[in-house]
Amino acid sequence: MKIAVCVKQVPDSWAEKKMINGTLDREGVDAVLNDLDEYAVEEALRIVEAHGGNEEGGANSVTIISMGPERATEAIRKALSMGANDAILISDGALAGADAITTSAVLAKVIETGGFDLVLCGTESTDARMSVVPAMISARLGWAQLTFAGSVVVDPAASTVAITRVTDAGVDSMGASFPAVLSVIEKINEPRYPSFKGIMASKKKTIDVRDCAAIGISVQGAWSLVADSAPRPARAAGIKVTDSGDGGKELVDFLAGKKLI
Amino acid sequence: MSNVFILVDLQGDAVSKTTAELATAGARMGEVTAIVLTQPGKSAAIVSTLTGPISSVISIESEDLATHGVPAYADLISQIVTEKKPSALLIASHAFGKEIAGRVAIATDSGIITDAVDVAADGTATQLVFGGSTTVHSKISHGVSIMTIRPNTIEANTAAASPTVENVTKSVSDVAKKVRITATQPFVKGGRPELTEANIVVSGGRGTNGDFAAVEGLADALGAAVGASRAATDAGWYPHTHQVGQTGKTVSPQLYVACGISGAIQHRAGMQTSKTIVVVNKDAEAPIFDIADFGVIGDLFAVLPKATEGVIARKS
Ligand SMILES: Cc1cc2nc3c(=O)[nH]c(=O)nc-3n(C[C@H](O)[C@H](O)[C@H](O)COP(=O)(O)OP(=O)(O)OC[C@H]3O[C@@H](n4cnc5c(N)ncnc54)[C@H](O)[C@@H]3O)c2cc1C
Repeated sequence: MKIAVCVKQVPDSWAEKKMINGTLDREGVDAVLNDLDEYAVEEALRIVEAHGGNEEGGANSVTIISMGPERATEAIRKALSMGANDAILISDGALAGADAITTSAVLAKVIETGGFDLVLCGTESTDARMSVVPAMISARLGWAQLTFAGSVVVDPAASTVAITRVTDAGVDSMGASFPAVLSVIEKINEPRYPSFKGIMASKKKTIDVRDCAAIGISVQGAWSLVADSAPRPARAAGIKVTDSGDGGKELVDFLAGKKLI
Repeated sequence: MSNVFILVDLQGDAVSKTTAELATAGARMGEVTAIVLTQPGKSAAIVSTLTGPISSVISIESEDLATHGVPAYADLISQIVTEKKPSALLIASHAFGKEIAGRVAIATDSGIITDAVDVAADGTATQLVFGGSTTVHSKISHGVSIMTIRPNTIEANTAAASPTVENVTKSVSDVAKKVRITATQPFVKGGRPELTEANIVVSGGRGTNGDFAAVEGLADALGAAVGASRAATDAGWYPHTHQVGQTGKTVSPQLYVACGISGAIQHRAGMQTSKTIVVVNKDAEAPIFDIADFGVIGDLFAVLPKATEGVIARKS
């Protein structure tokens, strides 16, 4: 089984983010592996571990695929130190400010030529929060879409995969034959911490850095254009009272004053 | 006048409140055609309950929707969009709606904007990004303007609709049938309002220690929906469907009451755009107070029952 996991390097969730010329300023903030992608890396590792492991030269492998600036190798190293085999980073100045349309085109192009059975993703990136890239990759490749998985069961002999899809609406059980694109929700597992051994081993693993020409794609400009962006005024400091028996009443008075009741 | 498509948003077989919001936004840009996608035999009842500025309806019934899910919906919509070439397509911004929008964008070579909180007549969308700290205006520059709109952010015109109805027969392409849904368990809806549609949301966190009675009591007095932090859903105290935040739902009610919730950035990502925020927390240093319009430093088990009493007294 060959599994690809798509990951993104994002600004630390706690970092203050700002826009420069219509795109997120990525230079000025600490960057980390998108939290929600760690669950996808973990799930890919659990799938191969349940079916003989991912020793070099064996039947199974987990490849990390990412699009981003050169320094995204830091986030990729984290995924490698968790236990993935190798990685491909598509890095090209022309991709700065890419939208989901372009991102999915680039990822699909790399996946298409990699001979993968399954592609795993997180449900969204914590910076862009669109939650559309996994569905778009599936649409581009014409592969089965098994997204928002709360559990995954793979049968390599039959080349099938079944999931439970957990969304606002309910829980669906669904399945498909390989190849398929999955996204996993954060309740699916508890991502492992890289071990010391894993961290040391990751330093020797290959990160194959390619530009757009190397993967054979020409980049179009974004199809959604930002006209302007502005920081919203911070919420004005509110009223704060300490409860000494009538905090509940004061709360109700506030609501009434605001005509909320 | 240009033609704007909206996808009728359903909860089970019922038209959601969000549908009229989509129609209202669409009518600013052009004449609204509502797309109804449903099981055989169900569309007439759905069409009869539509409200809002809808001029026409295109209705497609198919067995394949329930069996093949998102790709089947996206495939049928892409076929009609390619045929009728609307200027824009508006869909509700939830997991299901966003995935459909994404697939239609790929199939029709169009740009996409998600999580818009407003749309202007010229198609400019307003989004609030980075946890609501930044406002962005953007516009689609290629193909159909595909936009998903957050429930509860646009004031709906709910005048009765009397659209012309066209029933269309289409079949789902094979490539959209690669996934088979074998069982569906819809979440049972309680008697309370739907979380993303509610005017008021009262949420509980780890501070409830598993006892949501006080939170529910205040919610019921206010006619509110009940939300929860991830700490509460992870502990199994409240169902995951009620989780508010980055990996839960995004809510934009008139009033959000956070009880025993510290205000982690992932929680704030789902509630920061609420119009008024009220907090009850016993730790005066809890970060949630930073975004509160009104905060009570106190024990929720003491404060909430008093507040509930007060609300009921004022209402009677
Ligand atoms: C990838 C990822 C995704 C996440 N997604 C989400 C998400 O969608 N939604 C979400 O909410 N979180 C999410 N989180 C978790 C988030 O980081 C916090 O851990 C979580 O929000 C904490 O929940 P809490 O505020 O209820 O608990 P705590 O942080 O433990 O806070 C409990 C609060 O209750 C107060 N308290 C205790 N007892 C009382 C009492 N008797 N009366 C009044 N106050 C009391 C305490 O002072 C404290 O402030 C996510 C985290 C990660 C890593």
